[in-house]
Amino acid sequence: MLGANAEFRSNFQAGRNRIDRVNEYQHKTGPFPIEEELKALMLASQDGDADAHQRLLKRLSRHLRAYYKGKLIRVGRGATEAEDLVQEAVLAIHIQRHTYNPEEPLTPWVHAIARYKLIDFLRRTRASVADVPIDEANEITAHDDHLSAESSFDVLKLLNRLPEKMQCAIQAVKIDGLSVAEAARRCGISESGVKVSVHRGLKALARVIAQRTGT
Amino acid sequence: MKTDELITALSLGVEPVNRRRVNRTIGLALVVGTLVAVVAVLVGLGVRDDLTTPRAVVFLLMKLAFALSTAGVASVYLARAVRPGGERKISVGLLAIPFAAIMLLAAVSLGQAPSSHWDRMVLGSEWLECFLSIPIIAIVPFALAIWAARRAAPTNLVRAGALSGLVAGGVSSVAYALHCADDSLPFVAVWYGGTIVLCTLTGAILGPRLLRW
Repeated sequence: MLGANAEFRSNFQAGRNRIDRVNEYQHKTGPFPIEEELKALMLASQDGDADAHQRLLKRLSRHLRAYYKGKLIRVGRGATEAEDLVQEAVLAIHIQRHTYNPEEPLTPWVHAIARYKLIDFLRRTRASVADVPIDEANEITAHDDHLSAESSFDVLKLLNRLPEKMQCAIQAVKIDGLSVAEAARRCGISESGVKVSVHRGLKALARVIAQRTGT
Repeated sequence: MKTDELITALSLGVEPVNRRRVNRTIGLALVVGTLVAVVAVLVGLGVRDDLTTPRAVVFLLMKLAFALSTAGVASVYLARAVRPGGERKISVGLLAIPFAAIMLLAAVSLGQAPSSHWDRMVLGSEWLECFLSIPIIAIVPFALAIWAARRAAPTNLVRAGALSGLVAGGVSSVAYALHCADDSLPFVAVWYGGTIVLCTLTGAILGPRLLRW
C-alpha cells in the first residue's frame, strides 16, 4: 500500500516535471510558434510577396493534408479525395486571402476555411454531415504531411470550361508567368481587365471543381 | 494533378490585396441600400405630414433610434460574419438589446394605459401597411447585403444570411419610419420588431442557397 503510494508520487512528480519543461519551452518560444510564422507569411502574401505566398501555401498544404486525411479516414474516404480537398482549400485560401484580418490570429481563419470545404464536400458527396467530427482551430496546424497524392482533377484542364477572356488571362499570368502588362497585350484587354479576369476566373474554377466532385 | 504544381501556378503574378475591401463592400451595400429604401419611401409613400408637431418628431426619433441601432450592430457583425471563422465573434445578446429595449418600453406603456386602449395601441391604424412595407422595402437592401457577403467568404451561411436579413430589415425600418404615423410603443415593438425578425429568418433560410462558395 505504502509502496504503491510512493510509486504514484514519483510518477506524479515526473509528470509535473514534464509539464514544467513544456511550459518553460512555450515561455521562450511563445505559445504557437507555427501561428507566428504562418501569420508573418500571410501578411507578406497580402502585400503581394510572391515568394512568401508560395511558402505559405506549401506550408498550409501540408497541414491541410494531415487534417483532411485524418478526417476522411473516419468516413472511409481515401488519399485522392483528401488531395482534392487540399487543392480546393489551397485555391480558396488564395482567392479569399483579402478576407483575413491581420488583427486576428491566422490559425482559426485557415481552420474555418478547411472545415467549410470539408463540410461542403461531405454534403455534396451525400455523406451525413453528422459525421463531421467536432474539432478545434489549433488542430489544423497540429500535424504536417508532405506525402502528397495526385488529386482526381487537373485544375489547368478545367480551365477550358471558363469564358475565353478568363482562360487567356489565367493562362498568361498563372501558367506562362507573364506580367500583367504582357498578359493584357496578349489577351487584348486592359491591365485591370487582366487582374479582374484572373480573380473571377479562379473563383469560377473553384466552383467548377466543387460541382465536378459532386457527381 | 500535384498540389505543388497548383501552388506554383497560384504564386505567379501575385497581386497585393486590399485588406479593407470587405468592410468597404459592406459599407457600400449599407449606404446604397439605405438610399434606395429612403427614396422608395419618399416617392412611393411620402413623409408623414404632421412632422411640424413635437410629438411626431419625438416618435420619429424613437423609431429611428430603434431601427438605426438594429441596422448598425447588425452591419458591424455582418462585416465579421463574412470572414472565415468570423461567425464566432458575434454576440446574439448585443443584437437583441434594441429588441429587448423596445419590448420593455412597450410593456411599460401598455401597463400605464387602461386595457380598453390596448387593441388600438398594438394595431394602430396602419398595421397591415407596416407589415407589408418593411419586408418589401427590405428586398433591395437585402440583395445588396448578399452581394457584399458573396464578395467575401462566410463560413456559417445561416448566420451570414440572417445578419444580411437583419441589416435589410433595420435599414427598411429606418426608411419606413419616415412615413409611418402610428405613434405607440407597442405598435413599434410588434410591427417593426416582428417584421425585422421575419426578415432575419428569411435571410437565415436563404443564406445557405445564396452564399455558397
